[in-house]
Amino acid sequence: MEVDTAPPAPRRTAYRKIWESHRVAGDPDQRMLMYVDLHLVHEVTSPQAFSRLRAQGRSVRRPELTLAVMDHVVPTWERSRPSPDPVGREQLRQLATNCAAAEIPLLDLHHARQGIVHVVGPELGLSQPGTTVVCGDSHTATHGALGALAFGIGTSEVEQVLATQCLWQAPSSTLEVRVEGELPAGVTAKDVALGIIQRLGVAGGRGSVIEYTGSAIRGLSMEGRMTLCNMTIEAGARAGLVSPDQTTVAYLRGRRAVPEGPDFDRAAERWLSFATDKGAVFDRTVVLDAAQLAPFVTWGTTPAMSATVGGRIPRLAELEPGAEREAAARALAYMGLEEGTAIQEISVDRVFIGSCTNSRLEDLRAAAGVAAGRRVHSGVRAMVVPGSGSVKRAAEAEGLDRVFREAGFEWLEAGCSMCLGMNPDILSPGERCASTSNRNFEGRQGAGGRTHLVSPQMAAAAAVFGHFADVRELESADLGRPLEVG
Amino acid sequence: MEAFTVVEGLCATLSRDDVDTDQIIPKQFLKSTERDGYGEACFFDGRYDSQGREVPDFELNSPEYRGAALLLAGRNFGCGSSREHAVWALSGMGFRAVIAPSFADIFATNSYQNGFLPVVLPEAVVTTLAERTRRRDGYRLAVDLSALTVRDEEGRSFAFEVEPFWRECLLSGLDPLGMAGREEAAIAAYEASRSPLLPTTKHSWG
Ligand code: SF4
Repeated sequence: MEVDTAPPAPRRTAYRKIWESHRVAGDPDQRMLMYVDLHLVHEVTSPQAFSRLRAQGRSVRRPELTLAVMDHVVPTWERSRPSPDPVGREQLRQLATNCAAAEIPLLDLHHARQGIVHVVGPELGLSQPGTTVVCGDSHTATHGALGALAFGIGTSEVEQVLATQCLWQAPSSTLEVRVEGELPAGVTAKDVALGIIQRLGVAGGRGSVIEYTGSAIRGLSMEGRMTLCNMTIEAGARAGLVSPDQTTVAYLRGRRAVPEGPDFDRAAERWLSFATDKGAVFDRTVVLDAAQLAPFVTWGTTPAMSATVGGRIPRLAELEPGAEREAAARALAYMGLEEGTAIQEISVDRVFIGSCTNSRLEDLRAAAGVAAGRRVHSGVRAMVVPGSGSVKRAAEAEGLDRVFREAGFEWLEAGCSMCLGMNPDILSPGERCASTSNRNFEGRQGAGGRTHLVSPQMAAAAAVFGHFADVRELESADLGRPLEVG
Repeated sequence: MEAFTVVEGLCATLSRDDVDTDQIIPKQFLKSTERDGYGEACFFDGRYDSQGREVPDFELNSPEYRGAALLLAGRNFGCGSSREHAVWALSGMGFRAVIAPSFADIFATNSYQNGFLPVVLPEAVVTTLAERTRRRDGYRLAVDLSALTVRDEEGRSFAFEVEPFWRECLLSGLDPLGMAGREEAAIAAYEASRSPLLPTTKHSWG
């Protein structure tokens, strides 16, 4: 019998659509050569790639699909003052020379739009739905918030992308992380991310691309989606994304790299065609209830070692005997903490508001909402490092800098700063920091430094009280509302 | 890339899960613009005290692990930062392969790129091999990429898997860049078909 109707097109996830549409050669179900739409480059993971390219006599294939930014080692003090560190200066110098030789656009230290690579890409409208984005940095998943397939690569892969604009990639399994319901007041995208990581564990996403779905995710702003996707690597996943929707389209309108006029409509239509089809099947699904989430504080040395702000550090006896308990014991020894301690009894020496996780305008507004009219505790040094020059100017236009300064926060120039301490901003051994960044590994913010990951509001509250405090108990007017600054 | 066929040598153990690349090579050593010279700095913060002396109870400082070519490690080895320096540092310390129950994805890819082999064996096997290593001085293993086995001198043998693509790269010493070079026509054809609506970085960005 002949069948004259075509079989229904398979329902595909956004990941699968992007994946299949970027096949250059090879088998999409095994390993294929994947085309890269946007390659972001910074000073730390690129010098070896450029020098080997040179040694092999190869050139950069598509400089116009490449953007370089200085961010990791740059000091956050005023730009006219040079970095004190000769090796860091050498990395910056090499990036400038390499980009000039290859005609790669570079946002250098003095550029008004310089900033953290993962803040700058979306801000300029370069990260778009349905595209592939790579960078020699593990937090590249941030761009997944725009509905892009974005992931971190190593230096050898940076070299391959420079030379061929392609990468050999194996397909990933798909993991749906669905968060349903409404987020309670005071609970942010950062808390959603920490809640998910606590649930999945630091290796729970291995081999997978996570798609974040559910009403709580749909309800997030683009900036919140970026915070969430940013932390994907901390659950071990290769990439994380949110299927493009009208929030995505609205965010992109008017950005520099985005077409205008009728071309915008065509682009938007193209973007939305990459949305996950209704009924598409994921390999795995994990569901969380937004109403159950609360502000999180990490107490250990992986982002999965966390408790809610009203909670306590677990007692070792409550943990699985074996590896989990041993890891917790080692983490507590490093962190200088006792099992069973109430989170709000932990006091801090430093507060860092910044990093590609939480340094966008919305984050600064939320932190300023808590800082306004209050004073940084006398025992605390608190700094705010905007994610980019553009964020800094926008915040200043709203008067947020004044709010922070009046409260006793330092207001600094854009860069990665104390997220990884490759510039002069580092913790001293034993110093304890409430940080809006993404990693609390041993020594991450300075050898012997102790990092607690929190949301911007929670960081600001810790700065004010000198210990962790529950933002939900502050006056509700403070909770992340856009601030009215006269 | 250096070809990898069989690596035979002494084992060392690092018995903990989730060893991240910040531990393997702390950020203060990421400022070099070279690929070598990281061996001394490998595991720096755990390996040395503030005076630069070796910490005696840091596992890899045990005298019998000097000169080890193979590292037996815990779950999710190499998680965190994408820094390829982690692989350069482990190679610089003399390792040619890590044997663990699982690896973080980017670390595994970075390893293959450098002719360094991440070998996945079941947790129970890794635990047993690590116990043998700790019990006796000089426990040796051979990692054979052609035969896809790990063997010891007493005739025990454990099979492992490596994706054919990487196995071919490692055995031949041909790297993925070389493999992509063979696809020039396909790359050009793909480029010709890209939508003109896609963004480029050629703007003044003022
Ligand atoms: S802010 Fe931190 S995580 Fe983000 S790119 Fe910079 S160093 Fe990496």
